[in-house]
Amino acid sequence: MIAALEGPPIGWFDLSPLLVLLGAALVMLVVGALLPRWPRGLYAAFTATAAGATMVLAMVLWDDVSDQGARYLVGDAVTLDGFSMFATIAIAATVLLACLVTDDYLRREQLDGPEVYALYLTAGIGGIVMAMANDLVVLFLGLEVLSLSFYVLAASHRRRSAGQESAIKYFVLGGFASAFFLYGAALVYGGTGSVRYDEIVAAVNTTLLVERKDALVLAGVALLIVGLAFKVSAVPFHFWAPDVYQGAPTPVTAFMASAGKIGAFAAMLRVLTEALPQWRDDWRPVVWTIAVATLAVGSILAVVQTNVKRMLAYSSISHAGFILVGVEAAGHTAGEADPSGGVAASMLYLLLYAVLVMGTFAVVSLVGRTGDDQTDLDGFRGLGRTRPALALGMTVLLLAQAGVPLTSGFVAKFGVISAAVDQRSYAIAIVAMLASVIAAFLYLRIMVSMWIVDAEAGDDAREAVRTPLSTSLAVVLSVGFTLVVGFAPGWIVSAAEHATTIATAVAP
Amino acid sequence: MVDVVWLIPALPLAGFLLILLFGRKLGDPKAGYLATAMIGAAFVVTVGVFADLMSMDAEERRHVSTLFRWVPVGDLQIDLAFLADPLSITMCLFVTGIGTLIHLYAVGYMHGDERFSKFFLYLNLFALSMLVLVLGENLLVTFLGWEGVGTCSYFLISFWHERESAATAGKKAFVTNRVGDWGVMMAMFLAFQAVGTISYGGLNAAAESGALSQTTATAIAAMLFVGACGKSAQLPLYLWLPDAMEGPTPVSALIHAATMVTAGVFLMTRVNPVIAVSAEWVTWLIAIVGAATALFAATIAVAQHDIKKVLAYSTVSQLGYMFLAVGSGAYVAAIFHMVTHAFFKALLFLGSGSVIHGMHHEQDMRRMGALRKLMPITAVTFIIGWLAIAGVPPFAGFWSKDEILLYTYAKSPVLYVVGLVTALLTAYYMTRQVILVFFGEARWKDQAHAHGAHGDLGTHADPATDAHESEAGGTDGGQAADDHGEVHTPHESPWVMLFPLVVLAGLSIVGGALQLPFSSDLHFLEKWLEPVIEFGEADIHHTWAYENKYVLLGVAVVIAAIGIAASVMVYAKKKVKAVEPTILEQAWYYDKGVSAFMGGPGRKGFDAIAWFDAKVVDGAVNGVARLVNGTAGQVRKTQSGNVRQYAAGLGVGIVLLLVWFVVIRGIL
Repeated sequence: MIAALEGPPIGWFDLSPLLVLLGAALVMLVVGALLPRWPRGLYAAFTATAAGATMVLAMVLWDDVSDQGARYLVGDAVTLDGFSMFATIAIAATVLLACLVTDDYLRREQLDGPEVYALYLTAGIGGIVMAMANDLVVLFLGLEVLSLSFYVLAASHRRRSAGQESAIKYFVLGGFASAFFLYGAALVYGGTGSVRYDEIVAAVNTTLLVERKDALVLAGVALLIVGLAFKVSAVPFHFWAPDVYQGAPTPVTAFMASAGKIGAFAAMLRVLTEALPQWRDDWRPVVWTIAVATLAVGSILAVVQTNVKRMLAYSSISHAGFILVGVEAAGHTAGEADPSGGVAASMLYLLLYAVLVMGTFAVVSLVGRTGDDQTDLDGFRGLGRTRPALALGMTVLLLAQAGVPLTSGFVAKFGVISAAVDQRSYAIAIVAMLASVIAAFLYLRIMVSMWIVDAEAGDDAREAVRTPLSTSLAVVLSVGFTLVVGFAPGWIVSAAEHATTIATAVAP
Repeated sequence: MVDVVWLIPALPLAGFLLILLFGRKLGDPKAGYLATAMIGAAFVVTVGVFADLMSMDAEERRHVSTLFRWVPVGDLQIDLAFLADPLSITMCLFVTGIGTLIHLYAVGYMHGDERFSKFFLYLNLFALSMLVLVLGENLLVTFLGWEGVGTCSYFLISFWHERESAATAGKKAFVTNRVGDWGVMMAMFLAFQAVGTISYGGLNAAAESGALSQTTATAIAAMLFVGACGKSAQLPLYLWLPDAMEGPTPVSALIHAATMVTAGVFLMTRVNPVIAVSAEWVTWLIAIVGAATALFAATIAVAQHDIKKVLAYSTVSQLGYMFLAVGSGAYVAAIFHMVTHAFFKALLFLGSGSVIHGMHHEQDMRRMGALRKLMPITAVTFIIGWLAIAGVPPFAGFWSKDEILLYTYAKSPVLYVVGLVTALLTAYYMTRQVILVFFGEARWKDQAHAHGAHGDLGTHADPATDAHESEAGGTDGGQAADDHGEVHTPHESPWVMLFPLVVLAGLSIVGGALQLPFSSDLHFLEKWLEPVIEFGEADIHHTWAYENKYVLLGVAVVIAAIGIAASVMVYAKKKVKAVEPTILEQAWYYDKGVSAFMGGPGRKGFDAIAWFDAKVVDGAVNGVARLVNGTAGQVRKTQSGNVRQYAAGLGVGIVLLLVWFVVIRGIL
């Protein structure tokens, strides 16, 4: 008889955050297709509940790993540790906020249906898998699940040609990047004989066959960085971002800017510090250069835009530069027992930025009005007069993006810059500060448009900006979080540090 | 009382929130009175805290009140904490005190403006930020206020943003100030890196105990000075302040004369131990920049025609004086001059506002004259302000200026001479202003005629000198509009505007009593500030200057007298022809030069970069694209040009990365 094929042991409960999201996505698609249309808002409520459940489960597991220690799951394919749970919580939070914004958006556009929500859930799964992966192939799996969901999401508004065009662009370029990433993984496998992070490290440490200067592996490292840098929209792999951010439906843009960045940066941090620490002197200068270029290009080009979505796209590039500053700081001590604060600072930045950018784009989607096309600066004119509360919320979010003290944005920027200063990377810290100085002007332009610029003839003829309940709730949540963290950042900074310490304690 | 120091900023915050919520309902003038009441209450609390501190022993006059631990992570402990000590309370006293008067004045001045309540919203927000700035116990809290005042200043300068010039001036102030903010941020990180704390207590203690190396101290001090130069309008960053006069006059008085612009001097004084242990060139740099600014701005003030521009350049010049004091180690004198300057410059600005108000938004002094009969109270108080700034004893400005000159002499006789020349010019241009506005013949009677020629007079100066338009956006819009064609008799302003003038005039007379040179028993301010500044303060006892201080005092009186006399000869007696060369009127063409550079070669530079980007970078990208396409064959046909370019950009990045990893790190 044929012996039963034995699979690796699977810790079902340990995977529950992923399973909940997956189950919810399947229910939405299957049940949603079989049953008549669900009542309004139920798709969103269901998705949000699943995301909420995921957050709770992730917290339970976090507690568990801080007692029991980090562990590998599913035949060492993924890691369960504080780092991955932190990323899971952050991604689930963005799914939750995205649902709130999307519900109103779909109503305004007279679209409905479970597809968008199911795609949010699958994209979330992809992001979480990227963050948890302990294997370059598993990482690629996550990357593709995330990317494919994004391509479809960008084109999810069937009547908007801008969205379709941006989706095609994203798809073509993303395809390139994925191919390079996969090729990089293959080269690393060729050089070290494994695609598992811990085995790559071990290969250099134990077998003398692998030389650190092996060109095969080095080329692989280069291509892995290309694939990940593309996803985080770092210069010079950022070209897609402004077009796609502008073209995609605004709630989708928000989701891409937040969940996409979390997944990709989490993967980048893990690959660089856990799989490739021996090459840190090789890749750190590259990260340095990319970070500086990203900061400069993002901040400077953001200032000259007139479309707010495009502005925020460049601002998102500049934020990616800030996170890269944290990655660079982490690079100084990658693989050492006592890690620098770079990893924690980057993860914290990701969480704080994700919530911020969600709230910001939520306001943009309201100001975009029906058709989602009044996203020029002019669309914001007079918002302070007609919708003062909304304008005030937006002001707080913009100030936070600019990194003004007493907001979460300041905590985030302070974290990465002090991590860099700690590692004596003064030059990059100075560039980061200069970039924040330049970028402040961009946020001020939007504020001026809302508060100071007077109404022009015809403004009153425009459709009024409405503030429906669920989007307002998303804005309130995000503003509240921004301020709470701004005033009392201690707990969340320690949480990020706690999460990342568990990560490094994993025993190969 | 000292425990409730947090109330001082909390009250303007309450005012801000109340006006934010109910401002439009309260309207004109109730919103204004509410704002005034809030800052007035803050003043009362400040006085209480002051009395409390006075009752303590000198060494104990330092109370830190921590609201909460802000950033309690690892080795970085930052509190949202306020520091009540002699320096911060001195600042608070005059910020809230003068602030109250100016708020009250603005109730009258802004009457009838359609955004009346918004004005007071910003004004209270400014007061809040300024108080946070001075009360902060660490660099971060100060920086919070520092950003806040910058933003409020931007909003208030461009308050009448319908006018292109006001909007531009606001932007200019914002951009220039960001340069300075960068310096403060740098200093903050340096301090954290070197000392592990950014609290003033920790930083200054490290400097005093020698734990701070000279190199680090030098870097921190220099970076903070960059920040101070931006905020306090010193060379070469002073450009924004004269333009800031586009804002309503109460704003000029409060922000651009009395309080915000002195923040740089305050910051320098706050970290005086750090400056004391830094390399000597830092103090020389501060002193020289201060002296140069003082002289430079004074020469410009001599030839201005706009009543507010004279005062603006005069403010720049007096701030230079304060930095000269800081550079000479005369921190007490710097604070002393800051306080007296706040009195008399606020008075002069408010007086000029009263004149502008009474003249229906005329700002050109060439169309004023003989106003003392029509505006008696404004005239008398303005004259008191003039005597104070011109350095006539026993008015306030004389004593503080003399104290600075005394220390400057001890530092360097050359700087002393620069200071003296500045003092002479100050007396000269201020006398010119008083004569042109309040004495001589009533040139405004020709106004109907003058308006015809107005365009010729106005065009050669910069936008703000285009006086008639300048403030017309604001108050009394209706009256201003019918200026054309008929002559208005200037009128005295309402009591809400005159009351602050009278109070400030009183303070400008007696302000000098804070610190009189005759006996050390009369050095009240020095004794009060001693715990804060004792480490950094220069010791000038046993110098020639100190032993001959009465000689210097006499020289100062003579200099002031010469300046006034010369001006009287020129402008009142008309015995000598006025020398007002265009180069001075145009501020040595510095502003024009910078603008021309930015518009001309600078612009060309940007264009060149853009061209470079378009031709060379894109060319390279396109070149690679062609290469990629050449080899990739059919790909070209299926894709739009745009995506192809993006992909080529990606390709360039990939090639660069591969070159780095494989060739440079791998093979070499």
